Amino acid sequence: METDKLIAMLAKDPEPVAPGVVARRYGAALAAGGAGAFALMLAFLGVRPDLAQAAGDPMFWVKLAVPLGLFAAALVGTTRLARPGVRAGWSAEALLVPVGGIWVLAGVALLSAAPGERMALVLGSTWTSCPFNIALLSVPAFAATFWAMKGLAPTRPVAAGAFSGLLAGALGAAVYCLHCPEMAPPFLGTWYLLGMAIPAAAGAAAGPRLLRW
Amino acid sequence: MSAPEGHLKDLLVRGLSGDGAAYHAFLKALGAFLRGYLRGRLARVPDEVEDLVQETLLAVHNQRHTYDAAQPLTAWVHAIARYKMIDFLRRRAGREAMNDPLDDDDELLGASDEGAREARRDIATLLAKLPDRHRLPIVHVKIEGLSVAETARLTGMSESAVKVGIHRGLKALSALIRE
Repeated sequence: METDKLIAMLAKDPEPVAPGVVARRYGAALAAGGAGAFALMLAFLGVRPDLAQAAGDPMFWVKLAVPLGLFAAALVGTTRLARPGVRAGWSAEALLVPVGGIWVLAGVALLSAAPGERMALVLGSTWTSCPFNIALLSVPAFAATFWAMKGLAPTRPVAAGAFSGLLAGALGAAVYCLHCPEMAPPFLGTWYLLGMAIPAAAGAAAGPRLLRW
Repeated sequence: MSAPEGHLKDLLVRGLSGDGAAYHAFLKALGAFLRGYLRGRLARVPDEVEDLVQETLLAVHNQRHTYDAAQPLTAWVHAIARYKMIDFLRRRAGREAMNDPLDDDDELLGASDEGAREARRDIATLLAKLPDRHRLPIVHVKIEGLSVAETARLTGMSESAVKVGIHRGLKALSALIRE
């Protein structure tokens, strides 16, 4: 087929493109991913029994702010990377705000603790399961964010995959906050970040293969 | 912003709202720019330039929903062209050609080339490989010029299945090219 014929074919009665396609795809993907994470949390982990009491502690909200902050920055980065010719830009640096914030709090907590108690602040009582539980809760959102990205046009597949995975991880970690009893910043600054890094790394590895178009 | 950028962007934006004539003019002008751009970069494989022009035009069409009118058209088009060129070079495993520097956004709308050569890969042959639910809507609506309603009657498909068939079929065509 000659190029002119191809052009005539493509341009024949082109279907109008509804604006807001990126927002709609991510709205649907994150609603499904969030519902999936919530269902997995209820099925396998359960809501922490003292949730109502914990919600009165400011630290509960600080803890929740870490994944939500990463979620917001990752959402901006993901939707930018879904379009050809747009880089992650400032959203990559914005990831450092929640990470830096929790590390500062972790540093303060460690310095003000007695040397013999510091290890306990880092390890808490659930460090062996926390990162894997977060990774588990992020699985539905991981599938959903890759579905969303697959229907768009990422030209940097490693970055697009990493941001998609991080977005899913942040959503999984936010839902995990409803279960997890840990409240110490050194714990959050270690195991929560590691838990979110697992889907981000998986996304970076899978991006080039799964997101090709 | 350069003159081609503003003009092409206007044509594309009209095309995205369903103006077929503006969209045709956009693809035609873009094809010429792509040809100039790729001919300069794929000097070692001149016979394959037209294939890549066609592949990139199809990609632009399939991904046109990712264009945001707030974004410079040049950056969007350049990123698609570059992505498709790298994909093409990887497929060919052309190690030598990979050494060509891949440069700035401005250049794509700099070198226009109207002289289409024959493509080596025939898209019509690939089209024939698609399943009926993809192929028939494309052939009837996009090539023969029937309406969606007429095609639905002729094929026994629903109108929405005809529209979905066109959309998915053109994506499947792009996937066949990559094989």
